[in-house]
Amino acid sequence: MFKGSADNKIEAAMSELVPEPRQKPAVPMKPVGINSNLLGYIGIDTIIEQMRKKTMKTGFDFNIMVVGQSGLGKSTLVNTLFKSQVSRKSSGWNREEKIPKTVEIKAIGHVIEEGGVKMKLTVIDTPGFGDQINNENCWEPIEKYINEQYEKFLKEEVNIARKKRIPDTRVHCCLYFISPTGHSLRPLDLEFMKHLSKVVNIIPVIAKADTMTLEEKTEFKQRVRKELEVNGIEFYPQKEFDEDLEDKTENDKIRQESMPFAVVGSDKEYQVNGKRILGRKTPWGVIEVENLNHCEFALLRDFVIRTHLQDLKEVTHNIHYETYRAKRLNDNGGLPPVTAETEENHESNL
Amino acid sequence: MASSEVARQLQNDNCRPLSLSGHVGFDSLPDQLVNKSVNQGFCFNILCIGETGIGKSTLIDTLFNTSFDDRVSTHFQPNVRLRAQTYELQESNVRLKLTIVNTVGFGDQINKEDSYQPIVDYIDAQFEAYLQEELKIKRSLYNYHDTRIHVCLYFISPTGHSLKTLDLLTMKNLDSKVNIIPVIAKADTISKTELQKFKIKLMSELVSNGVQIYQFPTDDETISKINATMNGHLPFAVVGSMEEMKIGNKMVKARQYPWGIVQVENENHCDFVKLREMLICTNMEDLREQTHARHYELYRRCKLEEMGFRDTGPENKPVSLQETYEAKRHEFFGELQRKEEEMRQMFVQRVKEKEAILKEAERELQAKFEHLKRLHQEERMKLEEKRKLLEDDMIAFNKRKAATELLQAQAFASTPSVSLKKDKDRKNFM
Repeated sequence: MFKGSADNKIEAAMSELVPEPRQKPAVPMKPVGINSNLLGYIGIDTIIEQMRKKTMKTGFDFNIMVVGQSGLGKSTLVNTLFKSQVSRKSSGWNREEKIPKTVEIKAIGHVIEEGGVKMKLTVIDTPGFGDQINNENCWEPIEKYINEQYEKFLKEEVNIARKKRIPDTRVHCCLYFISPTGHSLRPLDLEFMKHLSKVVNIIPVIAKADTMTLEEKTEFKQRVRKELEVNGIEFYPQKEFDEDLEDKTENDKIRQESMPFAVVGSDKEYQVNGKRILGRKTPWGVIEVENLNHCEFALLRDFVIRTHLQDLKEVTHNIHYETYRAKRLNDNGGLPPVTAETEENHESNL
Repeated sequence: MASSEVARQLQNDNCRPLSLSGHVGFDSLPDQLVNKSVNQGFCFNILCIGETGIGKSTLIDTLFNTSFDDRVSTHFQPNVRLRAQTYELQESNVRLKLTIVNTVGFGDQINKEDSYQPIVDYIDAQFEAYLQEELKIKRSLYNYHDTRIHVCLYFISPTGHSLKTLDLLTMKNLDSKVNIIPVIAKADTISKTELQKFKIKLMSELVSNGVQIYQFPTDDETISKINATMNGHLPFAVVGSMEEMKIGNKMVKARQYPWGIVQVENENHCDFVKLREMLICTNMEDLREQTHARHYELYRRCKLEEMGFRDTGPENKPVSLQETYEAKRHEFFGELQRKEEEMRQMFVQRVKEKEAILKEAERELQAKFEHLKRLHQEERMKLEEKRKLLEDDMIAFNKRKAATELLQAQAFASTPSVSLKKDKDRKNFM
């Protein structure tokens, strides 16, 4: 069944545009049974299928950045998330290799496919973050990298002859790894998140959560949440971007109960109860990565990949990118215009 | 399976293809995307061009199975106008904002030279509005009500002969701006054989005149076959009707004639079902995409080049629109500054002039004042002299009076009969 109502009767050679506010019902619309009578059914809802086919054809881009001190298990977690050897683990600094004096940015791209959906996944690693003795301003190379990606996109968008599909290298999601000290956030953590939560979606995760008991975990999470709130750090999903009641309730639950996710990563499989599962074997038992009783990895994975991936991209595009663009076009930003030499400074293996 | 377009682009980026050892879950991505779009709702804008009375409104009503507008237009419009109406339709959980734009008075004028111009202007205006929004600094494209025309249904008169000149002219001016789907209106006035010949004639005329009508896309394997067949049936011969008749045991839309009943949804009778299939069920998304990716980009490119922006600078080095934009802004500000200076100069000038005038006036006044003062002084002096003379006169007169009286008194003294009175007088006098 469908209803039609004349909304705007405009009579002029040039029609006037009346931008209408997004109408959204508070309760999700349940699909009403399609009237199979030929006279009644038009076929407007086939547009969903048409759109789905088109998006499957073009494929998706997703860029995820991992930030945290070395040894917190970043590469392992990314490998666990995407069930493949996405990052090469750095097994400690060899004596021949020098410890990098500054934070490096390493972006590696992969093509993965699942169920007919092709995705270009780029994992951006930040070795050297927080590893020096003096870590002042070590977030600056990261902030610069993120802004450079926005700049690249802006340049493409502003061209006269534009590409049909602008390659999207903007960072959609930044996983920030918190050390499981059990006490509180470090000053470096706070500084980083304060600066970067304004330009990118930050998802804080508590790394190596298998070093804490359940009580310690809950307390630590509460303390971290409190500290983040006190410092005015808005991590993803940000309160101000909740679109409607449905989103708000869902996101509130995540914000106030689940985040930051306490995760354990592993790419080794073990036999438990007859099943092969990913886990960590210790003398006192096997920690199952995907078991919700053991750690919150499954929550993180569902959150980032299965439910909010598209939303991450949209918030990046509609909000963070637009903010950057508005600043840039207004007064040349307050940001220095990106020149060719700065683009060579960071290493990117693509 | 997804096409090779993605694979090619990814190959170019030197990305390693990776195999997954388990279910990750991002195959729900298209669903996430579609859900977001469904929440936002869809826009679809149809432009109907055709002579008055050719059946545009009826066809749209039949296509969407609603009575949209009851107004019938007269034939006596002085020029071509466009009337746009927006409706909200909903089917299952899909909300569609449908805008129907009708040409009012098309083909009615005696002189039809300018008939197509309002249409072109309207389409350009919608592109312009979108471009303006896109160029804004603070913009909100994701909830922008898109009014760009996605498809143009061009109604051809069922003469059976060929395209009218007006049709050719209009279509030629519109084919690079909008997706054109030509339809033969009132197809129940042509017989089947005539229709075949008519269709062939029409298509050959369009091709020979270089008119690019919309071709249904054939790159997706699932729909390429049906699209290709449909491409061969263009232009669709359609019949529209909202009246229902009972045929067999169903109510169908039909037109009743003394010699029979024309069923709208019967594929043997007309191509209405084909049009609905192609327009709505199969290619609506492609129409929207073509409008955005091809027609709008072309408009944008032309408009920006017209405004003086270029992608490459004088030495063929790539100049970003950004820099040109900034340069223009500087220029603009420079202009503003210059104008401001100019105005300031003018103001100062005027003030000076006014001051000079006032000073003059002041001087004149002063001079006058002095002059008057002098006159006054002179008068005074004159008066003083006169007074002095008068006083002198008075004194002289008094002296003479005294002298005369003295003489008179002496004259009386010689005559003693003068009484003592006189003595008294004399005493008094002396």
